[in-house]
Amino acid sequence: MLFLRIFFIVALLAGAAAWWLTRAVPLPPTAMAYLEGDAVQGEAVFLAAGCASCHSAAGSEDKRLLSGGQRFTSEFGTFVAPNISPDPLHGLGGWTLDQFASAVKRGVSPDGRHYYPAFPYAAYIRMTDQDVADLWAFWQGLPHSAEPSQPHDLVFPFSIRRSAGIWKLLFLNDDWVMQGDLDPQLQRGRYLVEALAHCGECHTPRGPMGELTTSRWLAGAPNPAGPGRVPGLTPGQLEWSAEEIAYYLETGFTPDYDSAGGHMVDVIGNFAALTAEDRAAVAAYVKAVPPVAGQP
Amino acid sequence: MKTKIFAIATATALLASTAVAQDFSAPLKARQGQFRIIALNLGILGGMAQGKIAYDADAAQRAADSLAAVSQIDPAPLWPEDSDNEMTEGTRALPAIWTDHDGFLDKWATFGTAAAGMQSVAANGQEALGPAMGPLGASCKGCHATYRAK
Repeated sequence: MLFLRIFFIVALLAGAAAWWLTRAVPLPPTAMAYLEGDAVQGEAVFLAAGCASCHSAAGSEDKRLLSGGQRFTSEFGTFVAPNISPDPLHGLGGWTLDQFASAVKRGVSPDGRHYYPAFPYAAYIRMTDQDVADLWAFWQGLPHSAEPSQPHDLVFPFSIRRSAGIWKLLFLNDDWVMQGDLDPQLQRGRYLVEALAHCGECHTPRGPMGELTTSRWLAGAPNPAGPGRVPGLTPGQLEWSAEEIAYYLETGFTPDYDSAGGHMVDVIGNFAALTAEDRAAVAAYVKAVPPVAGQP
Repeated sequence: MKTKIFAIATATALLASTAVAQDFSAPLKARQGQFRIIALNLGILGGMAQGKIAYDADAAQRAADSLAAVSQIDPAPLWPEDSDNEMTEGTRALPAIWTDHDGFLDKWATFGTAAAGMQSVAANGQEALGPAMGPLGASCKGCHATYRAK
């Protein structure tokens, strides 16, 4: 009887601890204090972070109207990108900068729930607070969309949002993947690749819980949207020079003048609008990615 | 019930085998060769635009003329139905080419316009090439985004 009672208490405590550990934790309320956003800087952040590549309507030429609706299939079900335009009813219109920053850098909604990591906050967690403030300033000038957001279509138990809390406990951290002493160009490249452009989300293979396998960083992965593979970028997989990579990011042309296809077209549209220095920094980073064991 | 299932299975197998039996190797080679010709000539013009190849007005004009000539090839015989990447090996052509054929032809026409633009300026000097490369690259990407896998 005593044993049962102790068992019951322990189970209750464990349950409470798990509930507490998997709760949604926003940024501290002072994190964004005293930051002034600059909308002009914010446009570059918007492009580099590729917001529109997923949140513009499917097939839409208007890459500023973030009405959502693109569908992303995965083994956990289908995620549907929501309307994140500044519309007060269907988008982010009523949000504060703090709420926006908690969404982008922690995957926490204003009502204190988890977003699923299909929203790449596991990359954006490395964003500077100033970039988030600039991005939010730019956001205010975007067009409104009254398109209602569609629900995700997920498989149990991932349909329970709390499961994202477990995922965050295990995998969400702001460590850089590329470690060591980096010169300023490589630091900029690392920031663009690992924090803003979230290249690893498609170019790095995923583990059983959908987490990025950082030991095989940018080593290529199955194409989530259909047949074929997303190419690897490690030495031995990608033989292009830094100059050729930068030219590809600007024009979409490979060294033998094939041209980018699929989702990469949107990515190149964004990179083409950044500065030549930023494209060169990304190219330098890609050339510095270490080789991966077991790759040719 | 069993015979019905058997009949459906046989019919499905027959249908599947007719699909496999279609030989698209000629149109596949033709359209892939067409894109290869485009790529080779873009390589000449892009190389000159970047200063990797010495500018030569005559060679640039010939490359641009070739692009324009390819843009005049009738796409109809190159794109028979079912020659998409779900029904056929060795192609990245997406089924959207046939479900939205007008959109696809529009994109091909966009390439034609860009090629004509290059044709009209290619002999004007090295600095004329870069601005004309932009619309050409955009036309490639504009089509590949929707109609080609990867």
